[in-house]
Amino acid sequence: MEFFERFAIPHPSPIIYASMVAIGITLLAIIAGLTFFKKWGYLWREWLTTVDHKRIGIMYLISALLMLFRGGVDALMMRAQLATPEAQLLDSQHYNEIFTTHGVVMIIFMAMAFIIALMNFVVPLQIGARDVAFPRLNALSFWLYFMGAMLFNLSFVIGGSPSSGWTSYFPLAGNEFSPSVGTNYYMIAIQIAGIGTLITGINFIVTILKMRAPGMKLMKMPMFTWSALITNLIITFAFPVLTVALAMGTMDRLFGTQFFTTGNGGMDMLWANLFWVWGHPEVYILVLPAFGIYSEIISTFAKRNLYGYKSMVASMVIISLLSFVVWVHHFFTMGQGAMVNSIFSITTMAIAVPTGIKIFNWLFTLYKGSIRFTVPMMYSLGFLPIFTIGGVTGVMLGMSAADYQYHNTMFLVAHFHLVIIPGVVFAMLAGLTYWWPKMFGFMLNERIGKWAFWFISVGTCVAFFPMFISGLDGQARRMYTYSESTGFGFWNMLSFVGAVALAIGFIIIVYNIYYSTRYASRDIGSDPWDARSLEWATHTPVPEYNFATIPEVDSSEAFWDSKYNGHKLFKGKLKEIHMPNNSGVPFIMSALFFVLGFSFIFSIWIGVIVSLLGICACLMHRSFEKDHGRHISLEEVEKTESELRGGK
Amino acid sequence: MKIKWMILAAILTVLTVLTGCEPLAVLDPKGPQAQTQADVILLSIAIMSFIVIAVFAILIYMLVKYRASKQPEDYKPPHIEGNFWVEAICVGIPVLIVAYLSFVSVESNYKVEATPEGYDEEPLVVYASSSDWKWHFSYPEENIETLNYLYVPTDRPLEFRLYSYGPISAFWIPQLGGQKYAMADMVTTLHLAADVPGEYSGRNANFSGEGFAEQTFNVNAVSPDEFDEWVEEVQTTADPITEDEFEELLEPGHLGQQTFTGTHLEFMPAPEGEHGGHNHGGESEESHEEHSDQSDDEHSDHSEHDHDH
Ligand code: HEM
Ligand SMILES: [Cu+2]
Ligand SMILES: [Cu+2]
Repeated sequence: MEFFERFAIPHPSPIIYASMVAIGITLLAIIAGLTFFKKWGYLWREWLTTVDHKRIGIMYLISALLMLFRGGVDALMMRAQLATPEAQLLDSQHYNEIFTTHGVVMIIFMAMAFIIALMNFVVPLQIGARDVAFPRLNALSFWLYFMGAMLFNLSFVIGGSPSSGWTSYFPLAGNEFSPSVGTNYYMIAIQIAGIGTLITGINFIVTILKMRAPGMKLMKMPMFTWSALITNLIITFAFPVLTVALAMGTMDRLFGTQFFTTGNGGMDMLWANLFWVWGHPEVYILVLPAFGIYSEIISTFAKRNLYGYKSMVASMVIISLLSFVVWVHHFFTMGQGAMVNSIFSITTMAIAVPTGIKIFNWLFTLYKGSIRFTVPMMYSLGFLPIFTIGGVTGVMLGMSAADYQYHNTMFLVAHFHLVIIPGVVFAMLAGLTYWWPKMFGFMLNERIGKWAFWFISVGTCVAFFPMFISGLDGQARRMYTYSESTGFGFWNMLSFVGAVALAIGFIIIVYNIYYSTRYASRDIGSDPWDARSLEWATHTPVPEYNFATIPEVDSSEAFWDSKYNGHKLFKGKLKEIHMPNNSGVPFIMSALFFVLGFSFIFSIWIGVIVSLLGICACLMHRSFEKDHGRHISLEEVEKTESELRGGK
Repeated sequence: MKIKWMILAAILTVLTVLTGCEPLAVLDPKGPQAQTQADVILLSIAIMSFIVIAVFAILIYMLVKYRASKQPEDYKPPHIEGNFWVEAICVGIPVLIVAYLSFVSVESNYKVEATPEGYDEEPLVVYASSSDWKWHFSYPEENIETLNYLYVPTDRPLEFRLYSYGPISAFWIPQLGGQKYAMADMVTTLHLAADVPGEYSGRNANFSGEGFAEQTFNVNAVSPDEFDEWVEEVQTTADPITEDEFEELLEPGHLGQQTFTGTHLEFMPAPEGEHGGHNHGGESEESHEEHSDQSDDEHSDHSEHDHDH
């Protein structure tokens, strides 16, 4: 009996029971639908076993949008609970679970997936490659991430969600204060997804360093590719720290080690340090690709080359270095004294300098341009002012003495949402709209898209600006309620209104996808925005081999030059093309990781052993397998090419 | 764009009107440390607004001047690589600003980490410990202990020694000064002082589980004479605290305000000195350069710490 009790939700509510039923019904519906329409084979052949970076990118994208929805519902529930003093919508435990899962889902499973989705789709195209360096590893990355995300979301209905914050500080996250399996989910689901991310990091570094088209020197790479390179370098250095910290936390919780306990030589502060040694670089992992996306979009729609290419690159390099030496600013208040705080205060504020350079470069890219207000451009232009406000409040937080007052308050919450939303979410929406035609062969409706933009940007301001004020008035973050006498009510109500506007904006985007899928013209050519980089030089839809002949490059805007300055991109003749084979192993192995994770979470040791053996078997299979890929014959390439050209 | 500016303007108006009625706690300091922090906050807001305005101005200028609808049909934007002097200015001005702010930051760090200056008396030492979800205040010199409320004299430095009987919490009285963590295996020190008599609210600012939202306490800042009277009254009327009673107080939950004679430090010492899991300098808290050096040393040999508390 005791064994089964672990699987029960420790703190159930009608919402949770309703979701259990909903999840059950959805699963059944999907299975029935696939069977009825005989799509199992299609699903397996075309998606579950694919190693094509474009399809993997699209799968990341769908998962990220799902997670955005999940995290968004969490957010709305939180804002609704706080909209009025002493509201009864959620009790403390539920509120705590929701803000914890909101943070984890948004950062790890939404934002990370979204940037990796766009990197997957765009980077190989931008560098004129046929795929990433290790296509099968790429599939493994995705499936590990996907299984991690599913595992984490399972906590909602089996065993209970984590509730000690996305930062999961010990000793609160230890067994004594978090006895339910919720924090096991946190440790293990993030671990599995994190390994996937680390693999992505290595994969993309190699891809970008080794697979660029002839002539594309490092300093001739498009800015998004540059940002992807730097981001993946940060991933490769930062994620191992998370891996180790999570492993230690898991051992503390499952095997009685004492790394982060407060007695027996353990140290709770060690977790905080390890977490933020990963955590601060992590915020730059999120925002640097966004910077790359903005660079592409702003120069495309200003019809001008990017201003200050070299300083853009230099500032990213400096940011990536500095991002590893500022982590203490997340706990200036831990008692390390004036000297340590001073050092980290200075390094923190120093990051504002390279960030500022980038802002000014974007502004000067507009100079003498010819600005078209398309949806991607509007997100980019909305990003500039809002992110500036978020950024300067970061500098304010970096003044450590003052941070004693901001820390743990709504002021901090306002800061990071006002950098992450314009910095990451706007960029994702901009990038999504911008590359959508390349992905799916039609454009999203501009008029509906602009409505969504206005709701989202005004909603962001209304939702988060009031928090500066309530924070300075003493409202701590993570409180599930407050009394009327505090006077926080008005500001929180305003925030709620903003959050609703944001939600409406996202619903409009969903509607836009539906509307455009049905009604948008399919006759858009391969370069609908009059863009500048190589991903627009190939056909729409992109053939599986990306480029029939590898382009040759001699500037950072080779495609633009080929359109307007007489540069010849494709010089070679058509030849047969070597491509990697599909493989089911990444999917199967990741499914085994899912079982492994689940077994760990509930201490089912037999499951751990069996799934570990299975994982080893997959690895051995890979080592002994002889797979030389396959060749697409010349006739087939010619046929595809003439079809695609005819379709234009 | 216009709609957004209008909304922004509306928010700002509401803001000024509302803040006009009642000042925000952090910007309404009642002691020297909170004053230092409020000064830093206002200064940085001023400087940052300058940057924000500059960015907004350039953005608006570009958007108005270079929109496609204002250009001739056949306008071809030029290719501009970047200009050394423009870039130098974009680096130079921020560097100057950050350098100045760094200077202010370091100076204010040393202020808030030291006993506030300009008082004749020695600091009043109060041990503030958190347990799920309460605050225990021990006055070792006065030999009294309170639960969930504080009495402090004005015009005398206050030295809070913070630790926790559970998760990491943060001791925070916004109007007297910023927060600091209270942790289970070490004692941290927060230097405050109150200049104005009054009632202030304090709370745990660092999330610590289910009862976190209600983990608050009251602060009564009174004149030194009144404080002495209060101490005397407690000493004559309150019951002594016993180990069993204290163990009961530590049980997770919420309790009202309580008062005792004696302190729990006698039978359950704070995790400092020989009782510490480890610490950040402990005794040498007064001399700060030394403290920082020492804390490094102490961290490098955690294995040798003594854990027999
Ligand atoms: C100008 C650059 C920035 C500076 C100087 C800065 C500074 C800071 C500081 C000092 C804190 C800690 C405050 C505290 O806990 O009391 C903080 C928190 C945070 N920042 Fe920034 N920041 C900057 C940019 C960004 C960017 C670009 C992102 C993300 C894309 C970001 C995301 C965050 C997050 C998520 C937190 C809070 C995490 C938490 O405690 O839950 N920041 N920032
Ligand atoms: Cu940070
Ligand atoms: Cu320590």
